[in-house]
Amino acid sequence: MLPTPDTSHVSFDTIYEPSEDSYLFLDTLSSESESKWLSQRFDSSSTNAVPLVVEAGTGSGVVLGFVAAHSQNIFGRPDILTLGTDVNRNACLATRETVSLAIKANQQEGTVPDTKSNPHTVHISSITADLCTSLRPGSIDVLLFNPPYVPTEDLPRLPTASENDPVMAQTMSYSSKFESDSYFLSLTYAGGADGMETTNRLLDAIPEILSDRGVAYILLCKQNRPNDVKKLIHEWGGGWNAETAGSSGNQAGWEKLVIIRIWKENSIV
Amino acid sequence: MKVITANFVTCAVKECKTSPASFPLHFHDAELEMQELDFQPEFIRNVIPRIDWEALRVTANELGFPTLPESKPEAGALNDEQTLKDLHRILLETQVMEGKLVCGNCSHEYTIKEGIANFLLPSHLV
Repeated sequence: MLPTPDTSHVSFDTIYEPSEDSYLFLDTLSSESESKWLSQRFDSSSTNAVPLVVEAGTGSGVVLGFVAAHSQNIFGRPDILTLGTDVNRNACLATRETVSLAIKANQQEGTVPDTKSNPHTVHISSITADLCTSLRPGSIDVLLFNPPYVPTEDLPRLPTASENDPVMAQTMSYSSKFESDSYFLSLTYAGGADGMETTNRLLDAIPEILSDRGVAYILLCKQNRPNDVKKLIHEWGGGWNAETAGSSGNQAGWEKLVIIRIWKENSIV
Repeated sequence: MKVITANFVTCAVKECKTSPASFPLHFHDAELEMQELDFQPEFIRNVIPRIDWEALRVTANELGFPTLPESKPEAGALNDEQTLKDLHRILLETQVMEGKLVCGNCSHEYTIKEGIANFLLPSHLV
């Protein structure tokens, strides 16, 4: 088992604490079958161009940190660029720290014996943004998304730039801070109808935002109807594919989680 | 945020996506900080294919770096250590800590604070 990134510096007042779904991500990406699939697509013998790995909604940054630190095991190459987005500025600050620490920890451990292939993954930035709406079309090689997937009556609105203003937060009363914290936490899990409202927005953007060799990993719970989602992606046509890459939980329970891999067949790699 | 980020981001306003003027976003009042990183020539060589060169030239110029060559380094130029070192410095060692990123199409300003750029839009632009 590869080491899990340290998140002890993260305050979970407004940020999702790594849980079963986060760990399913780590297990899936580092599984023998997925890392083999990813290495075939991205290792240094098949392509020189460094892959850009983007996580939408990073929260604590545990998933992106893991991928950054263990790129050799996952992608078969020591060099990737990582970028994280989150609508919560605190999550961006936390992610930046988590990813840098994870990269550093792995370098010190020297899990890669050959010094020439020391990990030189670089975290290029954490940005406060809604999903991938501020990223350039066709730029993402690997997209990771652990969505707010819980079905809820209402979908919380997106925060505005000013709600993330650190100066504003300092002048809040205790009760308004509590309200603000609860609101930001609701954004980490509340998915609206079928728990799919945010995920559907991301799915709609996938054909545009992924590069030609791009691949997306999205986590779904049973109530999101993963089989319907996969079917929908096949219906996009044009070689689009979706397959279950990992799963956990009790088959009968509602908490059954799956991670699907979405990619375009016949794309130039 | 590292300067290379500017090569991958664009205006969040939907209508701007189709406008060439929305890329790259333009740095205003940028405060830079240098963070030393091990120079890895192979890494920079592998980063170059990912770079939109025209956009990087604009960005480097706005941030006050010496003018980059007109075309992307290829073949022999990829073995020129000085070229690779210059790119390493601009793309990976330079961090923009404060300032703004401005869209050339709609003029919307995205604020950068403590190295975190905020791309959330005010409600009237969503």
